[in-house]
Amino acid sequence: MEKLRGRVWKYGPNINTDVIIPGRYCHITDPKELARYCMADLDTEFIKKIKPGDIVVAGGNFGCGSSREVAPLSIKASGIGGVVAPSFARIFYRNAINIGFPIFESAAAYEQIDEGDEVEIDPDTGTIHDLTKGTEYKAAAFPEFLQTIMSRGGLRGYAEEELARQSAS
Amino acid sequence: MGTLAEEIFSRRVGRQVRAGEIVVAPVDYVMSHDNTTPIAIESFKKLGMPIWDPERVIIVFDHMIPAPTRQAAQQHRDIRDFMAENGLTTLLTDGICHQVLVEKGYIVPGGLVVGADSHSCTYGALGCFGTGMGSTDVAVIYATGKSWFRVPETMRISLHGHLQPGVYAKDACLALARTLDVDGATYMAMEFGGEAVDGMDISERMTLSNMSIEMGAKAGLVEPDERTLAYVAPRARDPFEPVYPVDPTYAREVELDVSLLEPQVSCPNEVSNVVGVTEVQGTPLDQVFIGTCTNGRLDDMAIAAGVLEGKTVNPNTRLIVTPASRDVYAEAARLGYLQTFMEAGAQVNTPGCGPCIGRHQGVLTAGERALTTQNRNFKGRMGDPTSELFLGSPATAAASAIAGHIADPRQFV
Repeated sequence: MEKLRGRVWKYGPNINTDVIIPGRYCHITDPKELARYCMADLDTEFIKKIKPGDIVVAGGNFGCGSSREVAPLSIKASGIGGVVAPSFARIFYRNAINIGFPIFESAAAYEQIDEGDEVEIDPDTGTIHDLTKGTEYKAAAFPEFLQTIMSRGGLRGYAEEELARQSAS
Repeated sequence: MGTLAEEIFSRRVGRQVRAGEIVVAPVDYVMSHDNTTPIAIESFKKLGMPIWDPERVIIVFDHMIPAPTRQAAQQHRDIRDFMAENGLTTLLTDGICHQVLVEKGYIVPGGLVVGADSHSCTYGALGCFGTGMGSTDVAVIYATGKSWFRVPETMRISLHGHLQPGVYAKDACLALARTLDVDGATYMAMEFGGEAVDGMDISERMTLSNMSIEMGAKAGLVEPDERTLAYVAPRARDPFEPVYPVDPTYAREVELDVSLLEPQVSCPNEVSNVVGVTEVQGTPLDQVFIGTCTNGRLDDMAIAAGVLEGKTVNPNTRLIVTPASRDVYAEAARLGYLQTFMEAGAQVNTPGCGPCIGRHQGVLTAGERALTTQNRNFKGRMGDPTSELFLGSPATAAASAIAGHIADPRQFV
């Protein structure tokens, strides 16, 4: 996968799906429209200030709450390149992988990277490089099974290939 | 050998599995509702495959029913069309998905059911591994009947002692959330036990299981017992064989003595922000909501009606009561509970999710404050981002509606 590079926007722990994309926007399915409301109840300036490729660094349990897939979809559609956090809520974690949105687990990165830092992330190795500080962090490796899903661009790509393989054998 | 979660997955895949393994397992049913089905349909269409088993894909309309907007009506229309095109026949419009799936016998001990809703962990109350997933995961299950699971480590939760009058499963669960915090069980299954749980009926166990996700858990399981079997036997749609833990090894064990617990209230804006009711009593409330998949069942209606009998709702407060399902609604009507609510000045709404996610039937405006029996008090959950939500039991809710502020229900029981 291509390297991600951008400026960091930093948030605290337990960022839930209701503030990422509030219930009143959950009927929206068009990613472009979803992006307009990304983080609506967390940071009303979010969508105005970010640039494509920017990185969100947040505290643990990121994406807790609802199963709404529109949460990672809206972040992806907003142009954010990826999210770094010490841990992700389980359903958000699955949803992000399924839609091919990069997430990285690193407690040290959350502790030390500051808002405004320029970072570069290599999704293949999980290396998070803080270019502003000249520091480096290593994200937890994904289980092999999930790496396979990610290498197919998400769950749908994986399922299509898997089913084709099964029907061929 | 293993925890209830390990044993359920071992049975599914036909070999002994351990926590940490990733398995691909067949599910009994897959459920999605009017809020999560539209994106699942888009994903499913892109897959370009037929439905795995039309009888095992369940669609529920509960988040926006009756349709409050033209947009919601159109989404319902689109889902109905999709169902007709794909031969799907199970459209349930009888109330909240989790309540209805349990009532209608889709959930059995030892089962594995995935729902496109985070509170699908409710099914754990019957010893079924229920878990929530997103729309793409669910779309792949529509097509294959299978999903991947990381077999979870298990946190054993033992609730000791017996709850005092006026203190309920909801209070025990809120106390647990304070203990574990909102991420204490992330990636894990919870397994509830102890004499307090043994003494709970299925509805109360559903309250516990329902809120396990609020501590990050992927499932909230209760080992089946005679009560479980007595509840499930007359409803089960499929033959089933209960699964039990066998010499389990737990990743963590948590003990909580509930015998001295007072009614609990979760304060804005995090579920684990829990205090005893006496610490926040007197906080003025604009709205009180009794309902949801956490606390909208018949026993919840009975408790609330018991408190509200012969009383009136404070004129500065609105009380909304929404039974979780048509069955609960009908039975609450037959037993006179709905009459009690209406005579007290409550608005009684049709079964469904109601205002829990701030879409309709009681949305809050800026600065308003509500106490609700639901499971989440996230910022903006019931409407405006500056509104505030407190969580409590149906008894605390009913007592607070009478007082017009947060009140201790023990004076009424």
